Amino acid sequence: MARDVLGAETTPTPATLAGSGDLGSTSGSQGRHVPRDGRIKSLVRWEGGLVVCLVAVLVLGVVVSPAFLSSANLLNMGLSNGEISIMALPMTLVVISGEIDLSVASTLGLSSSMIGYLWLHGWPMPGIILTVLVMGVGLGAVNGLLVTRLGLPSLAVTIGTLTLYQGAGIIILGSTTVANFPSAYTNIGVAAFPHTDLSWSTVIFIVLAFVFGVVLHATKVGRSIFAIGANKEAAIYAGIRVKRIKTSLFVVSGFVCALAGVLYTFRLSTAEYDNGTGLELNVVAIVLLAGVSIFGGTGTIIGVVLSALVFAGIQNALFLTSFPQEALGVVIGGLLLASVLAPGSAELVQRVRLAVGSIRRRTGARTR
Amino acid sequence: MLSLHAARKSFGAVRALVDGSIDLYPGEVHALLGENGAGKSTMVKILAGVHRPDGGEVLIDGRPVVLSDPAAARDAGIAIIYQEPNLFPDLSVAENVFMGRQPLRSGRRIDTSAMHDQVEAVLERLGVRLDPGRISRGLSIADQQIVEIAKALTLRARVIVMDEPTAALSAVEVDRLFRVVSALRADGAAVMFISHRLEEVFSLCQRVTVMRDGRHVVTKSIGELTVDEIVRAMVGRELVQRDVVTRAETGKTVLRVERLSREGAFTDVTFEVRAGEIVALAGLVGAGRSEVACTIFGIDRRDAGSVTVAGRVLKSGSPNDAMAAGVGFVPEDRRQQGLVMSMSIERNIALASLGRLRRHGIVLRAVERSFAADWGARLHLKYGRLSNAASTLSGGNQQKVVLAKWLSREPQVLIVDEPTRGIDIGTKAEVHRLLVELADSGVAILMISSELPEVLRLADRILVMREGRLVADFTGAEATEELVVGAATGQPSGARR
Repeated sequence: MARDVLGAETTPTPATLAGSGDLGSTSGSQGRHVPRDGRIKSLVRWEGGLVVCLVAVLVLGVVVSPAFLSSANLLNMGLSNGEISIMALPMTLVVISGEIDLSVASTLGLSSSMIGYLWLHGWPMPGIILTVLVMGVGLGAVNGLLVTRLGLPSLAVTIGTLTLYQGAGIIILGSTTVANFPSAYTNIGVAAFPHTDLSWSTVIFIVLAFVFGVVLHATKVGRSIFAIGANKEAAIYAGIRVKRIKTSLFVVSGFVCALAGVLYTFRLSTAEYDNGTGLELNVVAIVLLAGVSIFGGTGTIIGVVLSALVFAGIQNALFLTSFPQEALGVVIGGLLLASVLAPGSAELVQRVRLAVGSIRRRTGARTR
Repeated sequence: MLSLHAARKSFGAVRALVDGSIDLYPGEVHALLGENGAGKSTMVKILAGVHRPDGGEVLIDGRPVVLSDPAAARDAGIAIIYQEPNLFPDLSVAENVFMGRQPLRSGRRIDTSAMHDQVEAVLERLGVRLDPGRISRGLSIADQQIVEIAKALTLRARVIVMDEPTAALSAVEVDRLFRVVSALRADGAAVMFISHRLEEVFSLCQRVTVMRDGRHVVTKSIGELTVDEIVRAMVGRELVQRDVVTRAETGKTVLRVERLSREGAFTDVTFEVRAGEIVALAGLVGAGRSEVACTIFGIDRRDAGSVTVAGRVLKSGSPNDAMAAGVGFVPEDRRQQGLVMSMSIERNIALASLGRLRRHGIVLRAVERSFAADWGARLHLKYGRLSNAASTLSGGNQQKVVLAKWLSREPQVLIVDEPTRGIDIGTKAEVHRLLVELADSGVAILMISSELPEVLRLADRILVMREGRLVADFTGAEATEELVVGAATGQPSGARR
C-alpha cells in the first residue's frame, strides 16, 4: 500500500542522487565521522596487508629452506595447522557477534577423550564419531544457553567451561592413553586427501571456509551477526532474534571443535585427556590477525583464510630454521598484540591527521 | 540571594535556552514550570556547573560568579537534588553524606562517630527517621533524596535546586518531602522546585516562574496566578491550525490494544487504531508512552492484556511476530535503537527486509543496493554513497533511513516514537507529509510525540497518558493544547469545563 503512494513521487536518477548526496554529506559534520567511515575502508587495507604479509612469509620460507614449498612440506603445514584453522572459522562468527568462545580447545580435548573412552569400550568407530559430534553440539549449547538465557558474559562462561570440559576429559579417560585405532582412520589424520597434496584437515578447512564465507557475507543470518556485534539493541529493534542466533553460533562452534577433535585424535593416533590444551590462544590469534574486531561487528572470512595461511607459514618457516619450538609462544603472542595494536594505530594516525588539519585551518583563519 | 539573568545556551544548532532568568530568595520555594523542552533542565545544569552558559550571568548576593564546574557550584552554596540521586550503594548513609570530606581524627583516620552524630543532627532537623549507619543499597528513592538533602545541608548550601523530585515518589513520600522542604525554607534556604504537577506547586511554592521555548515568560507570586493562567503561559503559542482537516473515511480497526499492562511502566491501557488513522499518544516524558510502544512491538514482554493486529493476537515479547503481522516501529533513540551506525546505509535500509530479498537463501549485494537506492530515492534521502556508514548522515537523513527500513516492509501498522526529534525543520515537514500520505494509503499510524503542535497538526485522535495510565481521549477536532496539557499534568484546566 505504502509503495503505491511513495512510488508516485518523482524518482531521481542515480546520477542526480549522487550529486545531491555529495552536497548532503558535506553539509553534515563530516570531519567527526571520518574515522568510522575509514574503518570500513581500513578493512580492505587490512586484507591487503595480510596478502603482503603472506608474500613476505612465503619469501622468508623459501629463503630459509628450499623445501618450504615442497608437496611434503605443504602437507605438513596443513597437518599441523588444520585443526586450529578449522576452529578459527566458527570463532570468527562468534567474535563478530560480540562474544568469544575460549572453550574451543577443551571441546577438542574432551572429544578426543571421548573417542578413546568409547573405543576402549568397544564401540564401532562410525558410532563413536557420530556420538562425539553430537556431544560437541551439546557442549556448544551449554555455552550458548549460559550466555544468552542467563545473560552471562561469554568470556567468563567459556573460561569456566574451558576448565570444566578439560576436567570432564580427565574424569572420562584418566591418565590412560588410547593409541590402538585402526589405521584406516588414523590415515585420515596423516595422509593427503586423494589426488591432492593437501591434508584432509586442509580440505575440510577449505570447504568450511567457503560455507562460512557464504553464510557470513551473503545471507540474512550473516548480516544479522554483523548487526548484533555492531549494535545489539538496534538488532533487537530490527526484529533480529539475537539470543537464538548467538546460541546457534556457540552450537556450531561446539560441533566444529568436536570435528577438529576427531581429526586431531586421528592425526596423533592417540586419545589423551590433555590433547589440544592451550590451542584456544592460537585460534584467537588467527581470528584477531584476520582483522576481526574483538569488540564485534567487523571481520571477513577471506581475512581469516589469509591469516590462517600467514600463521601456518610463519610457524612452518620457524620450524624449518633452528628456532626453538618451545619459544613459539613468543611469535603467537607477538602476532596477537600486533593485530590488536594495528587498527588502533591506524585510527591514531587518522586522528593525528585530523587534529593537525583542524589546527592548520584554525591558524590559517587567524592569520587571514 | 541567587539570580540567573538572561542566560543563553545552545547545543549545536539547537537553542535550548534563549532567556533563562530566575531570582531565588531566602526562605522561599520558587517553582520553575514549563513543558518538555522549555529549557528548565538546561537552567538546572547551568546552576549545577555542568553547562557553561553562552551568555547571561549568575549572581550570588548581587555579585557575579562563574560556575565553571560542579565543584564551583558546590562551593558557591548551590546543591542540586536530582529526580534519581546517585549514591554509592555499598556505603552507609553517613559515608555518602560526607563523601570526600569525612571528618578526621588524629592520624588521618575517619572519625565515624562524629560523622554519624552530625548526620543524625541534620536528619533530626529535617524531621526524618533514618539510620546514619545503614548501607545505602535498598534505600527508596525518597530516602536517597533525603540523603542528598542532608549532604546539601552539611555543605551549608543556601540554594537548593530540586529537579522533579516528586516524579518517582508515592503520595506519602511526597508529603514527607514537602515537610522537609518546609523545614529548609524555615531555615532560610532558597529552594528552586521543578515539577509537572501543578497541585504540588500550589501547595508548596510561594513564587512561580514559567518558561516556554527556552524563554522566561512570567514570574509572579503564587497568589496572583490561577491554574488556567499557568497552563496558558506554559502552552503560550498561537493555537495551531490543523492543515489536515478530515481525511477520507478511516477503515476498520487494525491495531487493537486491550488492557495492556507492564509492571512498573503502565497499567490497563486499551485503545484501537484504524486503517488510515493517525493516533497520537501524548503525555509527559516518563508517562509510559514509549514503554507502551515497546511492549506492542514486543521489545518488552507484557504482564497482562493483549495486542491484536488485523485479528491476529501477537506473541508477547517477540518483535519478529509483530513484524510478521505487519507492524513497523521507528524507535525513540535513533542512534542506539534505530540504526547500526557503523553499518552502511544500504545494509541499514535492508536490515529488516533481508527475508524478502534473498533468493535460495542468498542475499546478493546488487539486489540489496538497488533495493536501498529505490527506497532512498522515494524518501529523498541525501547521501554520498550507499556503502557509507549510516553515521556519516545528518540526523534528518538518518531518520529517513530508519523510516525507509520500515516502510520498505509495507507495514499495516506503523509506530513512530518521537519521529522528528532533533531533525531540521525541512526534513521535519517531509516526515509529517510522509506520515499523512501513509495514513491516506491505509496504514494505521500510532505516533508518540512530546511536541504538542506536531500532535495537534497530525493526529486524528489524541490519547493522553499520565503516570502509566490512559487518562483522556480527544478527537483531533476537539483537542486544544490546554486540554492536552491539562490532562497530561492531571490538572483539569478551565478550558475543559
